[in-house]
Amino acid sequence: MWKKFFTWLDERLGLNDLYKATLDRPEPKGNWWNTLGSASLFLFLLQGATGIFLSVYYTPSPDHAYDSIQYIMNDVAFGWLIRGIHHWGATLMVLVVFIHMIRVFVTASYKYPRELTWLIGVGLLLCTLGMGFTGYLLPWDQKAYWATTVATSIAGSVPWVGPFILRVLRGGTDLSALTLSRFFAAHIWMLPAALAGLIGVHLYLIIKHGESAFPDKDD
Amino acid sequence: MAGSNQISRRDFIKLTTVAAGTVIGAAIGLPAIAYLIDPALKANTTDAWIPLGKLESYETGIPTLVTFTRSTINGWEKTVNSYGVFVLRKSDTDVVVFSNKCTHLGCHVNWNTDKKEYICPCHDGIFDINGNVLGGPPPRPLDRYSGDQVEVNDGTLLIHFLGG
Repeated sequence: MWKKFFTWLDERLGLNDLYKATLDRPEPKGNWWNTLGSASLFLFLLQGATGIFLSVYYTPSPDHAYDSIQYIMNDVAFGWLIRGIHHWGATLMVLVVFIHMIRVFVTASYKYPRELTWLIGVGLLLCTLGMGFTGYLLPWDQKAYWATTVATSIAGSVPWVGPFILRVLRGGTDLSALTLSRFFAAHIWMLPAALAGLIGVHLYLIIKHGESAFPDKDD
Repeated sequence: MAGSNQISRRDFIKLTTVAAGTVIGAAIGLPAIAYLIDPALKANTTDAWIPLGKLESYETGIPTLVTFTRSTINGWEKTVNSYGVFVLRKSDTDVVVFSNKCTHLGCHVNWNTDKKEYICPCHDGIFDINGNVLGGPPPRPLDRYSGDQVEVNDGTLLIHFLGG
């Protein structure tokens, strides 16, 4: 029965081919350093899932942002757990993505034909840092407020266009309700959409080229 | 191994994978469901006994307006609502309490001392001193607190308020 059902699905979806292409790929030589990309992907999905759950109660307005997080932490069942995972997962994701980049650099895996994989990886790193930057403001406590004040001021110190960049980031001259809502939009819609798209291309390229062999003594 | 009562290696792996998967799935899934349905599980009690002061301080035969506020908390949002009731002391021990909400569209009625009537300012609903409709659009008498909804404890008048 199951087998019949699966064959029916497989004929139409090509599940076996998909499995062979994505999960049954030949690996040059088992190496734990090669798992960091998958770890980054897992953390992205984890952040997505916990983030969606947090958005059930979080409110991106100066009047309610802090209170809604207090509510999540103290009153909602397992709210502390969901937010805790999102909080620590964020830090861990930046760390893992960064070590992943260092690994690719050290093993020279960015060379032909994988230059585009590297460039897209740079985009993924920037988006990840952007997620960290925008997410940091959302708790709307003193630390969040002043960290964003300082960081947007740094962006504002760019010659000529600095003040304009600052106004774009803050949605005006001051850090305000507009800043909070645009950081929220960037954090839950724009950056995740960009990340998802770039991850798709990144994964396609990895499947297309296969994993790079580690350089040996002759290289 | 076939036919023996020992479990095969393959089946053992299958079994442990399914068992571990179930435990992990439950450990992740149950808190997730609890998180989502949490507000629905919390009972929101709105009823309370509201003290309206000493019964002896109310003049007999004259409806007196008493106001009180009730606050409700939904998540992180606190709402404070104001309510009013007319206390009518009929004798030393007999007391009736009326809601000041017009039964037509919920405006607050006023007691008119000259006409001895409750008059609603919105659509001219008129009620007599016992809350019965005398004229205008109200469909039923004023809501009243009586019987076990009213209590006098140590000389203090209390009503059992059921919420907005």
